[in-house]
Amino acid sequence: MIDFLKRLFGQSGSSTTAKERLRLVLMTDHLELSPELIEAMKRDLVDVISRHVEVDRDKIEVNFERQDSALAMLANIPILSVSRPNGNPTLVPVETLQSPTAPNGAPPRVRKRRKRAAKKAAATSAAPASAAAQ
Amino acid sequence: MKARKIVLTSGKGGVGKTTTTANLGATLAKRGKRVILIDADIGLRNLDLVLGLEKRIVFDLVEVAEGRCQLRQALIKDKRFESLSILPAAQTREKDAISLQQFSAIVDLAAEQADYVLIDCPAGIETGFRNAVGGATEAIVVTTPEVSAIRDADRVVGKIADEGKPIRLIVNRLRPEMVRSGDMLSVEDVCEVLAVELLGVVPDDEEVIDTTNRGEPIVLNDSSRLGAIYDKIARRLEGEIVPFTNFDGQGFFGRLIDALKAG
Repeated sequence: MIDFLKRLFGQSGSSTTAKERLRLVLMTDHLELSPELIEAMKRDLVDVISRHVEVDRDKIEVNFERQDSALAMLANIPILSVSRPNGNPTLVPVETLQSPTAPNGAPPRVRKRRKRAAKKAAATSAAPASAAAQ
Repeated sequence: MKARKIVLTSGKGGVGKTTTTANLGATLAKRGKRVILIDADIGLRNLDLVLGLEKRIVFDLVEVAEGRCQLRQALIKDKRFESLSILPAAQTREKDAISLQQFSAIVDLAAEQADYVLIDCPAGIETGFRNAVGGATEAIVVTTPEVSAIRDADRVVGKIADEGKPIRLIVNRLRPEMVRSGDMLSVEDVCEVLAVELLGVVPDDEEVIDTTNRGEPIVLNDSSRLGAIYDKIARRLEGEIVPFTNFDGQGFFGRLIDALKAG
Protein backbone atom coordinates (compact mmCIF):
# COMPACT_ATOMS: atom_id res chain seq x y z
CA MET A 1 0.00 0.00 0.00
CA ILE A 2 2.81 2.42 0.89
CA ASP A 3 4.43 1.47 -2.37
CA PHE A 4 1.13 2.20 -4.14
CA LEU A 5 0.87 5.66 -2.53
CA LYS A 6 4.50 6.45 -3.31
CA ARG A 7 3.87 5.67 -6.95
CA LEU A 8 0.62 7.63 -6.95
CA PHE A 9 2.17 10.78 -5.54
CA GLY A 10 5.34 10.48 -7.60
CA GLN A 11 7.65 10.51 -4.62
CA SER A 12 11.19 10.69 -5.88
CA GLY A 13 12.95 7.35 -6.09
CA SER A 14 16.54 6.47 -6.89
CA SER A 15 16.64 8.72 -9.97
CA THR A 16 17.28 11.78 -7.79
CA THR A 17 20.23 10.01 -6.20
CA ALA A 18 21.48 8.94 -9.62
CA LYS A 19 21.37 12.50 -10.94
CA GLU A 20 23.15 13.91 -7.90
CA ARG A 21 25.88 11.26 -8.03
CA LEU A 22 26.35 11.77 -11.74
CA ARG A 23 26.60 15.53 -11.38
CA LEU A 24 29.39 15.13 -8.87
CA VAL A 25 31.33 12.39 -10.61
CA LEU A 26 31.24 14.28 -13.91
CA MET A 27 32.51 17.40 -12.17
CA THR A 28 35.52 15.42 -10.97
CA ASP A 29 35.96 13.78 -14.38
CA HIS A 30 35.90 17.14 -16.09
CA LEU A 31 38.49 18.59 -13.76
CA GLU A 32 40.76 15.66 -14.44
CA LEU A 33 40.17 16.12 -18.12
CA SER A 34 41.13 19.75 -18.24
CA PRO A 35 44.57 20.59 -16.90
CA GLU A 36 44.34 24.03 -18.51
CA LEU A 37 41.45 24.96 -16.23
CA ILE A 38 43.33 23.83 -13.12
CA GLU A 39 46.37 25.80 -14.31
CA ALA A 40 44.25 28.92 -14.80
CA MET A 41 42.65 28.59 -11.35
CA LYS A 42 46.05 28.07 -9.78
CA ARG A 43 47.42 31.15 -11.50
CA ASP A 44 44.51 33.34 -10.36
CA LEU A 45 44.68 32.00 -6.81
CA VAL A 46 48.41 32.69 -6.58
CA ASP A 47 47.95 36.18 -8.02
CA VAL A 48 45.48 37.04 -5.25
CA ILE A 49 47.64 35.63 -2.47
CA SER A 50 50.74 37.27 -3.91
CA ARG A 51 49.19 40.65 -3.30
CA HIS A 52 49.65 40.02 0.42
CA VAL A 53 52.59 37.62 0.77
CA GLU A 54 55.42 36.33 -1.38
CA VAL A 55 54.85 32.71 -2.38
CA ASP A 56 57.00 30.01 -3.97
CA ARG A 57 55.32 29.65 -7.36
CA ASP A 58 57.32 26.57 -8.34
CA LYS A 59 56.22 24.49 -5.38
CA ILE A 60 52.49 25.06 -5.49
CA GLU A 61 50.31 21.95 -5.49
CA VAL A 62 46.62 21.93 -6.31
CA ASN A 63 44.47 18.85 -5.79
CA PHE A 64 40.78 18.03 -5.73
CA GLU A 65 38.99 15.69 -3.42
CA ARG A 66 35.49 14.70 -2.46
CA GLN A 67 34.23 15.86 0.92
CA ASP A 68 30.78 14.61 1.81
CA SER A 69 28.59 15.81 -1.03
CA ALA A 70 30.91 18.57 -2.19
CA LEU A 71 34.06 18.76 -4.20
CA ALA A 72 36.96 20.48 -2.46
CA MET A 73 39.97 22.13 -3.97
CA LEU A 74 43.10 21.79 -1.86
CA ALA A 75 45.95 24.15 -2.56
CA ASN A 76 49.34 23.87 -0.94
CA ILE A 77 51.11 27.20 -1.31
CA PRO A 78 54.53 27.66 0.34
CA ILE A 79 55.11 31.20 1.62
CA LEU A 80 58.60 32.56 1.12
CA SER A 81 58.16 35.85 2.90
CA VAL A 82 55.31 37.66 4.60
CA SER A 83 56.59 41.02 3.38
CA ARG A 84 54.53 42.27 0.50
CA PRO A 85 56.16 41.94 -2.90
CA ASN A 86 55.42 45.60 -3.66
CA GLY A 87 57.85 46.64 -0.95
CA ASN A 88 55.37 47.80 1.74
CA PRO A 89 56.87 47.01 5.12
CA THR A 90 54.86 44.57 7.23
CA LEU A 91 54.17 45.31 10.90
CA VAL A 92 55.59 42.03 12.16
CA PRO A 93 59.21 41.11 11.39
CA VAL A 94 59.49 38.14 9.03
CA GLU A 95 61.68 36.10 11.42
CA THR A 96 59.16 36.07 14.28
CA LEU A 97 56.41 34.76 12.06
CA GLN A 98 58.47 32.06 10.41
CA SER A 99 60.40 30.67 13.37
CA PRO A 100 57.56 28.97 15.31
CA THR A 101 56.14 27.10 12.30
CA ALA A 102 59.38 26.30 10.52
CA PRO A 103 62.28 25.73 12.92
CA ASN A 104 64.37 24.02 10.25
CA GLY A 105 64.17 27.05 7.99
CA ALA A 106 61.61 25.55 5.59
CA PRO A 107 58.87 27.98 4.55
CA PRO A 108 55.49 27.55 6.26
CA ARG A 109 52.83 26.04 4.05
CA VAL A 110 49.37 27.38 3.56
CA ARG A 111 46.41 25.12 3.15
CA LYS A 112 43.48 26.80 1.48
CA ARG A 113 40.15 25.15 0.86
CA ARG A 114 37.55 26.34 -1.53
CA LYS A 115 33.86 25.92 -2.26
CA ARG A 116 31.70 24.49 0.51
CA ALA A 117 34.68 23.44 2.59
CA ALA A 118 36.02 26.98 2.80
CA LYS A 119 34.60 27.88 6.21
CA LYS A 120 35.83 24.68 7.80
CA ALA A 121 39.31 25.28 6.42
CA ALA A 122 39.46 28.84 7.70
CA ALA A 123 38.69 27.60 11.20
CA THR A 124 41.33 24.87 11.23
CA SER A 125 44.16 26.53 9.32
CA ALA A 126 47.37 27.76 10.94
CA ALA A 127 47.93 31.45 11.61
CA PRO A 128 49.89 32.23 8.41
CA ALA A 129 47.09 30.64 6.40
CA SER A 130 44.51 33.10 7.62
CA ALA A 131 46.85 35.91 6.72
CA ALA A 132 47.02 34.59 3.19
CA ALA A 133 43.33 33.89 2.90
CA GLN A 134 42.22 37.43 3.63
CA MET B 1 26.69 14.88 -53.70
CA LYS B 2 28.82 13.55 -50.90
CA ALA B 3 27.30 11.65 -48.01
CA ARG B 4 27.06 12.77 -44.42
CA LYS B 5 29.56 10.76 -42.40
CA ILE B 6 28.10 9.98 -38.98
CA VAL B 7 29.64 7.88 -36.22
CA LEU B 8 27.42 6.15 -33.65
CA THR B 9 29.29 5.81 -30.41
CA SER B 10 28.73 5.41 -26.67
CA GLY B 11 31.92 4.65 -24.77
CA LYS B 12 30.23 1.89 -22.82
CA GLY B 13 29.40 -1.39 -24.52
CA GLY B 14 25.98 -2.96 -24.64
CA VAL B 15 23.89 0.21 -24.75
CA GLY B 16 22.60 -0.49 -28.27
CA LYS B 17 25.03 1.13 -30.73
CA THR B 18 24.86 -1.70 -33.26
CA THR B 19 21.08 -2.09 -33.01
CA THR B 20 20.65 1.67 -33.40
CA THR B 21 23.04 1.80 -36.38
CA ALA B 22 21.22 -1.08 -38.08
CA ASN B 23 17.74 0.28 -37.50
CA LEU B 24 18.51 3.91 -38.22
CA GLY B 25 20.32 2.85 -41.40
CA ALA B 26 17.40 0.68 -42.51
CA THR B 27 14.95 3.51 -41.75
CA LEU B 28 16.92 6.00 -43.83
CA ALA B 29 17.11 3.47 -46.67
CA LYS B 30 13.37 2.88 -46.41
CA ARG B 31 12.96 6.63 -46.81
CA GLY B 32 14.80 6.38 -50.12
CA LYS B 33 18.28 7.41 -49.00
CA ARG B 34 21.41 5.59 -50.16
CA VAL B 35 22.99 4.29 -46.97
CA ILE B 36 26.29 2.52 -46.29
CA LEU B 37 26.86 1.13 -42.80
CA ILE B 38 30.45 0.51 -41.75
CA ASP B 39 31.19 -1.84 -38.86
CA ALA B 40 34.32 -0.40 -37.23
CA ASP B 41 34.37 -2.98 -34.44
CA ILE B 42 37.30 -5.06 -35.70
CA GLY B 43 37.51 -8.43 -33.93
CA LEU B 44 33.98 -8.21 -32.52
CA ARG B 45 31.78 -7.67 -35.55
CA ASN B 46 28.02 -7.87 -35.07
CA LEU B 47 26.34 -5.43 -37.42
CA ASP B 48 26.11 -8.18 -40.06
CA LEU B 49 24.45 -10.52 -37.58
CA VAL B 50 21.92 -7.97 -36.35
CA LEU B 51 20.90 -7.32 -39.96
CA GLY B 52 20.85 -11.01 -40.90
CA LEU B 53 23.63 -10.61 -43.48
CA GLU B 54 26.28 -12.74 -41.77
CA LYS B 55 26.18 -15.53 -44.37
CA ARG B 56 26.92 -13.20 -47.23
CA ILE B 57 30.29 -11.82 -46.11
CA VAL B 58 33.09 -12.35 -48.64
CA PHE B 59 35.56 -9.55 -47.88
CA ASP B 60 35.88 -7.19 -44.91
CA LEU B 61 37.02 -3.71 -43.85
CA VAL B 62 40.63 -4.75 -43.19
CA GLU B 63 40.95 -6.45 -46.58
CA VAL B 64 39.73 -3.26 -48.25
CA ALA B 65 42.25 -1.25 -46.20
CA GLU B 66 45.07 -3.56 -47.20
CA GLY B 67 44.12 -3.25 -50.86
CA ARG B 68 43.27 -6.93 -51.23
CA CYS B 69 39.87 -6.12 -52.70
CA GLN B 70 37.80 -3.18 -53.89
CA LEU B 71 35.30 -1.48 -51.60
CA ARG B 72 32.44 -2.48 -53.91
CA GLN B 73 33.46 -6.14 -53.62
CA ALA B 74 33.30 -5.99 -49.84
CA LEU B 75 29.98 -4.13 -49.61
CA ILE B 76 26.97 -6.39 -48.94
CA LYS B 77 23.72 -5.17 -50.43
CA ASP B 78 20.65 -5.67 -48.27
CA LYS B 79 18.02 -7.36 -50.46
CA ARG B 80 15.11 -5.98 -48.39
CA PHE B 81 16.21 -2.36 -48.81
CA GLU B 82 17.83 -1.81 -52.20
CA SER B 83 19.71 1.33 -51.15
CA LEU B 84 21.23 -0.18 -47.98
CA SER B 85 24.61 -1.90 -47.86
CA ILE B 86 27.08 -2.76 -45.14
CA LEU B 87 30.84 -3.04 -44.94
CA PRO B 88 31.57 -5.73 -42.34
CA ALA B 89 34.48 -5.56 -39.89
CA ALA B 90 37.14 -8.27 -39.84
CA GLN B 91 36.42 -10.88 -37.20
CA THR B 92 39.84 -12.51 -36.81
CA ARG B 93 42.05 -9.44 -36.77
CA GLU B 94 43.31 -7.15 -34.03
CA LYS B 95 41.61 -3.87 -33.18
CA ASP B 96 44.59 -1.86 -34.44
CA ALA B 97 44.84 -3.68 -37.79
CA ILE B 98 43.89 -0.46 -39.55
CA SER B 99 45.16 3.11 -39.34
CA LEU B 100 43.12 6.30 -39.16
CA GLN B 101 44.32 7.26 -42.65
CA GLN B 102 43.22 3.91 -44.08
CA PHE B 103 39.87 4.07 -42.31
CA SER B 104 39.17 7.68 -43.33
CA ALA B 105 40.03 6.87 -46.94
CA ILE B 106 37.48 4.03 -46.96
CA VAL B 107 34.79 6.24 -45.36
CA ASP B 108 35.45 8.96 -47.95
CA LEU B 109 35.23 6.45 -50.78
CA ALA B 110 31.93 5.14 -49.40
CA ALA B 111 30.68 8.72 -49.03
CA GLU B 112 31.04 9.25 -52.78
CA GLN B 113 28.37 6.65 -53.50
CA ALA B 114 25.87 7.28 -50.70
CA ASP B 115 23.75 9.89 -48.91
CA TYR B 116 24.59 8.60 -45.46
CA VAL B 117 27.61 6.68 -44.16
CA LEU B 118 26.89 5.46 -40.64
CA ILE B 119 29.87 4.13 -38.67
CA ASP B 120 29.22 1.62 -35.91
CA CYS B 121 31.94 2.46 -33.39
CA PRO B 122 33.48 -0.13 -31.06
CA ALA B 123 33.08 0.30 -27.29
CA GLY B 124 35.95 1.94 -25.45
CA ILE B 125 38.03 4.99 -26.29
CA GLU B 126 41.10 3.38 -27.84
CA THR B 127 42.30 2.98 -31.45
CA GLY B 128 38.98 1.67 -32.80
CA PHE B 129 37.12 4.60 -31.30
CA ARG B 130 39.65 7.14 -32.56
CA ASN B 131 39.43 5.72 -36.09
CA ALA B 132 35.63 5.62 -36.10
CA VAL B 133 35.32 9.19 -34.80
CA GLY B 134 38.21 10.45 -36.91
CA GLY B 135 36.56 9.17 -40.09
CA ALA B 136 33.26 10.93 -39.37
CA THR B 137 32.24 14.58 -39.55
CA GLU B 138 29.39 14.32 -37.04
CA ALA B 139 28.44 12.02 -34.17
CA ILE B 140 25.43 10.40 -32.58
CA VAL B 141 26.06 9.38 -28.98
CA VAL B 142 23.89 6.51 -27.82
CA THR B 143 23.28 6.08 -24.11
CA THR B 144 20.85 4.41 -21.70
CA PRO B 145 19.44 6.18 -18.61
CA GLU B 146 21.97 4.51 -16.30
CA VAL B 147 24.79 6.19 -14.41
CA SER B 148 27.60 4.11 -15.92
CA ALA B 149 26.40 4.60 -19.51
CA ILE B 150 25.93 8.34 -18.97
CA ARG B 151 29.35 8.80 -17.43
CA ASP B 152 30.97 7.00 -20.38
CA ALA B 153 28.83 8.98 -22.81
CA ASP B 154 30.08 12.16 -21.17
CA ARG B 155 33.64 11.01 -21.72
CA VAL B 156 33.14 10.39 -25.46
CA VAL B 157 31.18 13.64 -25.81
CA GLY B 158 34.24 15.44 -24.42
CA LYS B 159 36.56 13.68 -26.85
CA ILE B 160 34.36 14.32 -29.89
CA ALA B 161 33.80 17.94 -28.87
CA ASP B 162 37.59 18.35 -28.74
CA GLU B 163 37.62 17.48 -32.44
CA GLY B 164 34.98 20.15 -33.03
CA LYS B 165 32.38 17.76 -34.44
CA PRO B 166 28.66 18.24 -33.86
CA ILE B 167 27.09 15.71 -31.48
CA ARG B 168 23.52 14.59 -30.97
CA LEU B 169 22.10 12.19 -28.44
CA ILE B 170 19.89 9.11 -28.60
CA VAL B 171 18.55 7.91 -25.25
CA ASN B 172 18.02 4.20 -25.69
CA ARG B 173 16.02 1.66 -23.64
CA LEU B 174 13.99 4.18 -21.69
CA ARG B 175 11.35 2.67 -19.39
CA PRO B 176 8.66 5.35 -19.10
CA GLU B 177 6.87 3.72 -16.16
CA MET B 178 10.13 3.72 -14.16
CA VAL B 179 10.74 7.37 -15.02
CA ARG B 180 7.25 8.23 -13.81
CA SER B 181 7.78 6.44 -10.51
CA GLY B 182 11.08 8.27 -10.05
CA ASP B 183 13.19 5.13 -10.37
CA MET B 184 14.89 6.01 -13.63
CA LEU B 185 16.59 9.15 -14.90
CA SER B 186 14.33 11.01 -17.28
CA VAL B 187 15.33 12.12 -20.77
CA GLU B 188 15.45 15.68 -19.45
CA ASP B 189 17.85 14.62 -16.69
CA VAL B 190 20.13 12.85 -19.17
CA CYS B 191 20.17 15.83 -21.54
CA GLU B 192 20.82 18.22 -18.69
CA VAL B 193 23.73 16.18 -17.36
CA LEU B 194 25.33 15.64 -20.78
CA ALA B 195 24.42 19.04 -22.27
CA VAL B 196 24.00 17.56 -25.74
CA GLU B 197 21.21 18.16 -28.24
CA LEU B 198 18.63 15.36 -28.23
CA LEU B 199 18.05 13.45 -31.47
CA GLY B 200 15.74 10.74 -30.24
CA VAL B 201 14.34 8.58 -27.47
CA VAL B 202 13.85 4.85 -27.95
CA PRO B 203 11.80 3.08 -25.28
CA ASP B 204 12.81 -0.35 -24.04
CA ASP B 205 10.86 -2.85 -26.10
CA GLU B 206 10.90 -6.63 -26.52
CA GLU B 207 10.53 -6.01 -30.23
CA VAL B 208 14.26 -5.27 -30.42
CA ILE B 209 15.23 -8.70 -29.08
CA ASP B 210 12.70 -10.43 -31.28
CA THR B 211 13.81 -8.70 -34.49
CA THR B 212 17.54 -9.12 -33.75
CA ASN B 213 16.92 -12.81 -33.09
CA ARG B 214 15.60 -13.04 -36.63
CA GLY B 215 18.17 -10.69 -38.14
CA GLU B 216 15.52 -8.27 -39.35
CA PRO B 217 15.48 -4.49 -39.10
CA ILE B 218 12.56 -3.23 -37.02
CA VAL B 219 11.25 -1.00 -39.82
CA LEU B 220 10.74 -4.03 -42.05
CA ASN B 221 7.44 -4.50 -40.29
CA ASP B 222 5.17 -1.52 -40.98
CA SER B 223 3.06 -2.07 -37.86
CA SER B 224 5.99 -2.21 -35.43
CA ARG B 225 5.88 0.01 -32.35
CA LEU B 226 9.49 1.15 -32.64
CA GLY B 227 9.37 1.64 -36.41
CA ALA B 228 7.58 4.96 -35.94
CA ILE B 229 10.16 6.01 -33.34
CA TYR B 230 13.10 5.31 -35.67
CA ASP B 231 11.27 7.09 -38.46
CA LYS B 232 11.06 10.22 -36.31
CA ILE B 233 14.78 10.00 -35.55
CA ALA B 234 15.58 9.64 -39.26
CA ARG B 235 13.43 12.68 -40.07
CA ARG B 236 15.14 14.76 -37.38
CA LEU B 237 18.49 13.67 -38.79
CA GLU B 238 17.36 14.98 -42.16
CA GLY B 239 16.64 18.36 -40.59
CA GLU B 240 12.90 18.10 -40.12
CA ILE B 241 11.46 19.45 -36.87
CA VAL B 242 9.61 16.53 -35.32
CA PRO B 243 8.09 16.89 -31.83
CA PHE B 244 9.31 14.45 -29.20
CA THR B 245 6.96 11.89 -27.74
CA ASN B 246 6.55 12.68 -24.05
CA PHE B 247 7.60 9.55 -22.20
CA ASP B 248 8.10 11.28 -18.85
CA GLY B 249 4.54 12.56 -18.34
CA GLN B 250 4.25 13.37 -14.66
CA GLY B 251 0.47 13.69 -14.67
CA PHE B 252 -1.53 12.38 -11.74
CA PHE B 253 -3.57 10.05 -13.93
CA GLY B 254 -0.48 8.68 -15.61
CA ARG B 255 0.90 7.80 -12.21
CA LEU B 256 -2.46 6.40 -11.11
CA ILE B 257 -2.49 4.04 -14.09
CA ASP B 258 1.12 3.00 -13.40
CA ALA B 259 0.40 2.51 -9.70
CA LEU B 260 -2.61 0.34 -10.48
CA LYS B 261 -0.60 -1.66 -13.00
CA ALA B 262 2.20 -2.14 -10.48
CA GLY B 263 -0.22 -2.99 -7.71
